[in-house]
Amino acid sequence: MIRHLLSAGDLSLDDATLVLDTADEMARLTEGRAVKKLPTLRGRTVVNLFFEDSTRTRTSFELAAKRLSADVVNFSAKGSSLSKGESLKDTALTLEAMGADGVVVRHSASGAPYRLATSGWINACVVNAGDGTHEHPTQALLDAFTMRRHLGELAGKRIVIVGDVLHSRVARSNVLLLATLGADVTLVAPPTLLPNGVDAWPCATSYDLDGALAGADAVMMLRVQSERMNAAFFPSAREYSRRYGLDTRRQRLMPPEALVLHPGPMNRGMEITAEVADSARSVIVEQVTNGVYVRMAVLYLMLAGTNSEEAA
Amino acid sequence: MSRDLSGAREVLDGDDVARALTRIAHEVVERNRGAADLVLLGIPKRGVPLAHRLAERISAAEGIDVPVGALDVTMYRDDLRLRPARALEPTDIPPGGVDDRTVVLVDDVLFSGRTIRAALTALEDIGRPRAVRLVVLVDRGHRQLPIRADHVGKNIPTSLVESVKVRLAETDGHDGVLLDKPAHDTQAPDEQQEATP
Repeated sequence: MIRHLLSAGDLSLDDATLVLDTADEMARLTEGRAVKKLPTLRGRTVVNLFFEDSTRTRTSFELAAKRLSADVVNFSAKGSSLSKGESLKDTALTLEAMGADGVVVRHSASGAPYRLATSGWINACVVNAGDGTHEHPTQALLDAFTMRRHLGELAGKRIVIVGDVLHSRVARSNVLLLATLGADVTLVAPPTLLPNGVDAWPCATSYDLDGALAGADAVMMLRVQSERMNAAFFPSAREYSRRYGLDTRRQRLMPPEALVLHPGPMNRGMEITAEVADSARSVIVEQVTNGVYVRMAVLYLMLAGTNSEEAA
Repeated sequence: MSRDLSGAREVLDGDDVARALTRIAHEVVERNRGAADLVLLGIPKRGVPLAHRLAERISAAEGIDVPVGALDVTMYRDDLRLRPARALEPTDIPPGGVDDRTVVLVDDVLFSGRTIRAALTALEDIGRPRAVRLVVLVDRGHRQLPIRADHVGKNIPTSLVESVKVRLAETDGHDGVLLDKPAHDTQAPDEQQEATP
């Protein structure tokens, strides 16, 4: 297993399968039993370092660490020295002095977790919980875990990812992980919302949502990230929603067993209608539950063993 | 795990293993005064097929189905920090649970006793059995904790440099127990948890 989880692309097929299998066991170990806690990370400290707002990811990591009996410390930008302009380095040194074993970091700058992991400031394992528009590997793992539970092994499965790929760290991590797992991925977005160099990614691209839906095993809708949009990427919300939103008519174009995923938070009525989000084939709520299992698996695999180099 | 086993001595063959399990099945039922309220939990890997074989024998003798499951103790081990994190084995608790039942833990080799200590802690998080008993195919001695087995297939006195290998048809293609004294005393830690004191 790798020492830091910075990119979904760092995971080999064996590593990714190990995480997903371990998450399966975590689900079985915590569902329907008297004591939901495992003693495995007792005495280890996990720091949630969130420079960017998040409810579900931070809560999910916190719950995962607590289920494994780790001590959890939450730092968020608001209400800490981070908002007084402390540098990433000084924050890291503070965490090191406090003896953190694992640091879960979210930052608006792409590459911040990499800097933290490779700068030599800290010894702790670093887990990227979303950096800018770069990556969000545990989200990709929980998406893959959710799809695997319903579809079986993902090799050869057709996954369609729709929407704001340009600003989406979820899309990038998913493409990298799903390619490792052998799935066929198609990105569907307006040309303005596809990043430069997307043709080098291990996936297909299309501008036509209706055409991509037939034959899909799962459709993942991305949030339109208005907060990162400093230019006009599409004429109007209505037009976007008409061409790239998932509604009941489009859901009928999908095979009846195809899944609908969304990493949340949803803009209901924008990229997905309420009827589709609440439909029987939607696994959006299940994704949140599975997020805890996947994060437990990641924390277990990274923190439970020796912290020495040969263990990496 | 690719050590040459040609120098290993077979201390139990397939028939011996079968006879030991049949005897233990009857001992378990005798001790429990019947097969009611029994739950057999095998400790992966090789305890699980052993538990299933015991359950078949008990069912055949008593005419009732005995719930069988698996209890992985990896997350409860006391040596987690000494090694890289290990992949988890399946845990599978039968639907009836363990509350107010007699749980019979089944493992292949009893060595330091640390695996069983971990299993007892794991069981605590699952429920409250009326009693817990321990079945092992081989007891090789060298206990580090005050733990003993209720039913033993065979006691095999060993030295610490020797290793005991249990082979089962389900996991290894054939049944047997081998006692191996490695040529070099610098023996690599075995994958089998019992082999490390």
